[in-house]
Amino acid sequence: MDLDFFLQQLINGITLGGLYALIALGYTMVYGIIQLINFAHGEFFAAGGYMGVILISYLASQGLHPYVCLGISLVLAMGYCALLAMAVERLAYKPLRQASRLAALLSALGMSIFLQNGLMLTQGVYDKAYPTEITSGGFQLGTISVSYMQIFIVGLTAALLVGLNLLVFKTRIGRAMRATSQDKIMSALVGINSNRIIAITFAVGAALAAAAGIMVGLYYGSVNYSMGFVPGIKAFAAAVLGGIGNITGALVGGLIIGMVEIFAAGYISGEYKDVFAFIILIGVLYFKPTGIMGENVDDTRV
Amino acid sequence: MTIHESKRLWLACGVGLAWFLLLLWPMLGILPEGLEFGKTFTVFGYVAVAAVFIMFFYQVKEAGYLDSVGTPIKSASGSFQKLYERTPRWVVLSIVLAFAIAYPLVTGRYAHDVAISVLIYVCLGLGLNIVIGLAGLLDLGYIAFYGVGAYTYALMSLHFGMSFWLCLPVAGIVAAIAGSIIGYPTLRMRGDYLAIVTLGFGEIVRLILNNWMSLTNGPNGILSIPRPEFFGYSFKSLSSMYYVILAIACITILSVYRLNYSRIGRAWEAIREDETAAELMGVNTFLLKLLAYAMGATFAGFAGAFFAARMKFVGPESFTFLESAMVLAMVILGGMGSIPGVILGVLALVALPELFREFELYRMLVFGGAMTLMMLVRPAGIWPAKRVGRRSEEAE
Repeated sequence: MDLDFFLQQLINGITLGGLYALIALGYTMVYGIIQLINFAHGEFFAAGGYMGVILISYLASQGLHPYVCLGISLVLAMGYCALLAMAVERLAYKPLRQASRLAALLSALGMSIFLQNGLMLTQGVYDKAYPTEITSGGFQLGTISVSYMQIFIVGLTAALLVGLNLLVFKTRIGRAMRATSQDKIMSALVGINSNRIIAITFAVGAALAAAAGIMVGLYYGSVNYSMGFVPGIKAFAAAVLGGIGNITGALVGGLIIGMVEIFAAGYISGEYKDVFAFIILIGVLYFKPTGIMGENVDDTRV
Repeated sequence: MTIHESKRLWLACGVGLAWFLLLLWPMLGILPEGLEFGKTFTVFGYVAVAAVFIMFFYQVKEAGYLDSVGTPIKSASGSFQKLYERTPRWVVLSIVLAFAIAYPLVTGRYAHDVAISVLIYVCLGLGLNIVIGLAGLLDLGYIAFYGVGAYTYALMSLHFGMSFWLCLPVAGIVAAIAGSIIGYPTLRMRGDYLAIVTLGFGEIVRLILNNWMSLTNGPNGILSIPRPEFFGYSFKSLSSMYYVILAIACITILSVYRLNYSRIGRAWEAIREDETAAELMGVNTFLLKLLAYAMGATFAGFAGAFFAARMKFVGPESFTFLESAMVLAMVILGGMGSIPGVILGVLALVALPELFREFELYRMLVFGGAMTLMMLVRPAGIWPAKRVGRRSEEAE
């Protein structure tokens, strides 16, 4: 019985951790390239979740199979959030490249509030529910229950991570990203358009966040306009925990935060689960201020 | 402006508007019942007209047609500044103080309410100004100390029947202790790590307030907190509460001013500019950073105790991250490290939105947008702090 409970929590923890990792990647990539905490990232996540629910219910009403709707919506929502992130970057961050970091941080904070309220005004304050024919369903493995959604989430997360890895380490754009993150001036001298690379980084990060938004919507069954904040903070904590600027670190950090949250909720106290996530973060940073994977920040960061 | 530049500007405007339509339409126009166009195009129309108007205005201004209006305004503001600089400081201060004292006599209840919240935020802003403006420590969980102060007064007055005046210093001390507890482990961190850890601490405090049912009554909050009394005189009316917070704010302004121009303030500024260099010059950075946290938290604790007494109610939802962000925005909008700047920042963010009450729904949207816009056009703040020294990279 206890082992079953443990395994159940493990599965839930991996699911949630993978989602945090997906959001954390956007933070870590943007931070790696322009040293900015992109507060608006949580809002890209929320916008992704909303686009998912809007598109899925629209397409489903046109008579398409739910899973086909899900696939199309996923792609469209990722594209939408990529465009949104590029617009935000162009408007709110690009003019501040040379300004103090505090100015950029505050600009990001303003954008976050702006987008969150924009979402509220266009979509209303109430939760929007995902269609149940997609979110329900699952099977029993002994006494452990696994929903199809969990498998879908873990699978898609893994696929996106592999895709990102290929993008960053195997393509010209990825190489340009890595070069820009190491030295903007030198990479500009060898002919890399750093503005374009930064825009692409934002777009990729936001697309991942949008995918995470849809999956969180599917996992919990509904989305809310303010859903970006808490997961955003936790994902940022995950990015810092893993060593910010480091892709593998974001994955490890996301999994740790997800696991800690689920296990703390299961074994200690459901109300204080968020507290434990933050305590772990503070503890790790206290003993190792650069994060878990912080040492090799220079050669593997995006 | 050349034809070429103007063409590029209009092209950018057009591309931006097309982009906006592309982003707006899915959010407003895709409904399960079908595709909808009317609403999207109405909203888009407003924005497009506004954008074109602003562009046109900008071009006219660049072309110099508005010089006949702009030049007199500029010279008037210049002579006003000269007048301000020539007036002795005490004259300005006594005018401001006289206005502040006379304020409740000439205004109504609603104006008192706004003024009280302005003064609360002045205390908070100046407290945060110590941490971020003077010592350069980015604190995103500052509102936690406000909460600690508020709950300290609420619990002490309800359980032990302690008076407001006794609780006020106690709230300050408890908040300072909380500040030191939070400050201690974060002192080794710098920059963004510090930001996220303080944010985490702020969330921890809020979650504890929210979940420790036996002490804080959880999300329901604590009700019927007594108003302050003074030798039998109860501060029941709003205008008398205004004078209480005015006194607290004046003490805060004075203390922050004195701190700023003391050895400690200098040491904080040295830490802000270059921590390593400050340490090498013999500044005890560890102690001073801790002190910055404690001092900043103390003023938040005072403000919190007053807030609890004024509202007669405290609940965890008053101490969310958004509040921290608001106070941070006030400090940075006004001008970090500058006392009049912070006060102006508070006025801009608390009093101005009150004037636009009818647009309640759009308030936060505008607030967020204005915050970004402000950073784009004036990143140093409305009233930047005057530098006492000169940095080596600045021109002679």
